[in-house]
Amino acid sequence: MSGESTVTTRSKVERSLGKRRRKESIFRILGIASTLVGVLFLLVFFWTLIGQGSSAFLQTFIEIEVEFSEDILAPAGELDLAYADFDAIARNALREKFPDVTSRSERRELNQLISVGAGYQIKDAIAGDPDLLGTTLLMQVPAAANVDMVLKENIDRNLGEDRRPISDSQLEWIDALIADGSLVSKFNVALFTNGDSREPELAGIRGALMGSFYMLLITVALAFPIGAAAAIYLEEFAPKNRWSDLIEVNINNLAAVPSIVFGLLGLAVFINWMSIPRSAPLVGGLVLSLLTLPVIIIAARAAIKAVPPSIREAALGLGASKMQVVFHHVMPLAMPGMLTGTIIGMSRALGESAPLLMIGMVAFIVDVPAGFSDPATALPVQIYLWADSPERAFAERTSAAIIVLLGFLLVMNLAAVIMRKKVERKW
Amino acid sequence: MAKRSMRSVIVASTLASIVICGDAFAQSGRDYVYIVGSSTVYPFATVVAERFGRGSDFKTPKVESTGSGGGLKLFCDGIGVDYPDIANASRAIKQSELAMCASNGVAEVIEVKIGYDGIVVANAIAGREISLSRQDIFLALAKEVPGGADGDLIENPYQTWQDVNSSLPAQRIEVLGPPPTSGTRDAFVELAMEGGCKTIPWIAALKNEDGDKYKAVCHTIREDGKFIEAGENDNLIVQKLEANPSAFGIFGFSFLDQNAEKVKGAAIDGTVPTFDAIADGSYPVSRPLYFYVKKAHVDVIPGLRGFLREFTSERAWGEEGYLSDRGLIPMPTVERKAVANAVSQLTPLAVAEK
Repeated sequence: MSGESTVTTRSKVERSLGKRRRKESIFRILGIASTLVGVLFLLVFFWTLIGQGSSAFLQTFIEIEVEFSEDILAPAGELDLAYADFDAIARNALREKFPDVTSRSERRELNQLISVGAGYQIKDAIAGDPDLLGTTLLMQVPAAANVDMVLKENIDRNLGEDRRPISDSQLEWIDALIADGSLVSKFNVALFTNGDSREPELAGIRGALMGSFYMLLITVALAFPIGAAAAIYLEEFAPKNRWSDLIEVNINNLAAVPSIVFGLLGLAVFINWMSIPRSAPLVGGLVLSLLTLPVIIIAARAAIKAVPPSIREAALGLGASKMQVVFHHVMPLAMPGMLTGTIIGMSRALGESAPLLMIGMVAFIVDVPAGFSDPATALPVQIYLWADSPERAFAERTSAAIIVLLGFLLVMNLAAVIMRKKVERKW
Repeated sequence: MAKRSMRSVIVASTLASIVICGDAFAQSGRDYVYIVGSSTVYPFATVVAERFGRGSDFKTPKVESTGSGGGLKLFCDGIGVDYPDIANASRAIKQSELAMCASNGVAEVIEVKIGYDGIVVANAIAGREISLSRQDIFLALAKEVPGGADGDLIENPYQTWQDVNSSLPAQRIEVLGPPPTSGTRDAFVELAMEGGCKTIPWIAALKNEDGDKYKAVCHTIREDGKFIEAGENDNLIVQKLEANPSAFGIFGFSFLDQNAEKVKGAAIDGTVPTFDAIADGSYPVSRPLYFYVKKAHVDVIPGLRGFLREFTSERAWGEEGYLSDRGLIPMPTVERKAVANAVSQLTPLAVAEK
């Protein structure tokens, strides 16, 4: 009897074995395939991003012999920084290179090769050193964005003249400038030192970076202490009853609320009711703290929960008060986990743009914010604004700004991972 | 050690929050011009703001892109440093909005017309060259079109451009355009759709008999997938057109101007959208652009008067000014002079008596 039954079980197993193995291998293949698809999309994303964005880190400059002419800069004998025509100085310097260009329309076209930034640079040079008046100086001034685009081959020069933003004669001049070595490609410092601009060659992310920085400062200053305190109270002190369950459900829900809702809340409470100025990093920071609070509370509670009860019991047994147990024993052990949660919350806040739309941070702001109530924008918002600009050269700058944003996110998430690995304790 | 460091973290962050809040509430005046409004005017207003900021001792104005309606609402909320000084609009202010302004204490509003913008129907360079009438546009895109007899309306049955007009190619109707929140959409509906709609006599007669129905017929765009709402980002529309040569897109002239090697504009009523055709008014789908200023703010907010002067200067909005390089179509010289004069005199708009 028993022998027969083993045989049947065994034969059953053997019969189904092939099927089970097949199933397992199909599952494995599907798993590998889905991982590969994910990796592939990521690679394509990085490939296009870097392919488009990397050229924005280089910028074309024109080397010109700038004459700080007294006739133009000091017509009344005195250097007049406010009203002098610095653009004319730049234009004249470029014209020196092309003495045959005489007609008015041709000169206008020639002037378009040079950025308006040239005038600002000349102004800054003479403002810093008034002795330059009457002398000449070899300067590298930014070329217009279209010149830059031709050099980066983002404008196809083989198209008909009416199909490209740059004319045949402008192309000839560009070739002449390349031939005599006056066009130089340098690292695009402006991208990191300037605020926003409508001239692509002058536009930078410094304003947006500072805006994001101030906002995150407020977010961390508010969300971390409040979140940590809430987590400690809920985990260690609060009685377990219907109310604390209700609060717990609400916090978990809040973590899943679409971020735009926090923006609307910020608009209603902080701007309309508390009348904090629109577009200020202060409002942005407050909104982002609301947004990250649930994330931090949840992470902090998990960290506190992970501290083994034996630690608490030992401390209580030695006569420590509840307060002493929490602050002397539980908190130091839970701190790494809480900080990790905070960093992850911060990196989410850094990438948010939707709530900022509602509180006036989608704005053109040139001046770099110097405080919490100056108008500012944030890095993701800057990306959004550039992506919407008609000028061609903003496309590569959009990708470059995304690369910078991703870099920051990577560093923050890496910090969280390293911190977790380094101070993690196994019980 | 851990205890002390944690306590100091908490104390420091509390202190920081107090300092931050104090800083915010201490702020009273505003030393920069605050502009809100239309995303169509945004590219022009920002260029002027930047040039003004760099060329003067004043701070660069802040320009928010909120859309015409949203901008005017913010603008009309009140007088004072918390409210915008200027609202950009891709249409004229409505009497109802002026009344709302007045009821909130914004009594004197100066209107500044800055120039024109054309709306183009464009397709990829690889696509066919096409010439449309406004009636074709209406018939191709309306939700309901006239049926057999006068007064009959049927659900839009047209699948290809040839169905609409036998001289057009047998190409599927596929048009990418802005969403209803956009001023470009408003203007397109008003100028192109309604313009074509009016050419049908019995619908034109409807205007006086049943205004609401007239509006519903002329202004409603079909929702069966032939018209695709592509979002406010016009660059995205250009990219999609490049990928799909049989599709058409609707966007502002400045994007056509900047992307001339990728897309081309269809002729409308026989006129190709060019700078000159829009400037002299022969291209039918063009609209004036405006901004509105609060008179009460002019000598209170530093730089506001200077910004107005910069915007209305020849080097900005003139025929060879820097705004025309960005695709703004300038007004005729006489009109520019008249507007600039009205601005320097600060002549406010008249509010209609109730």
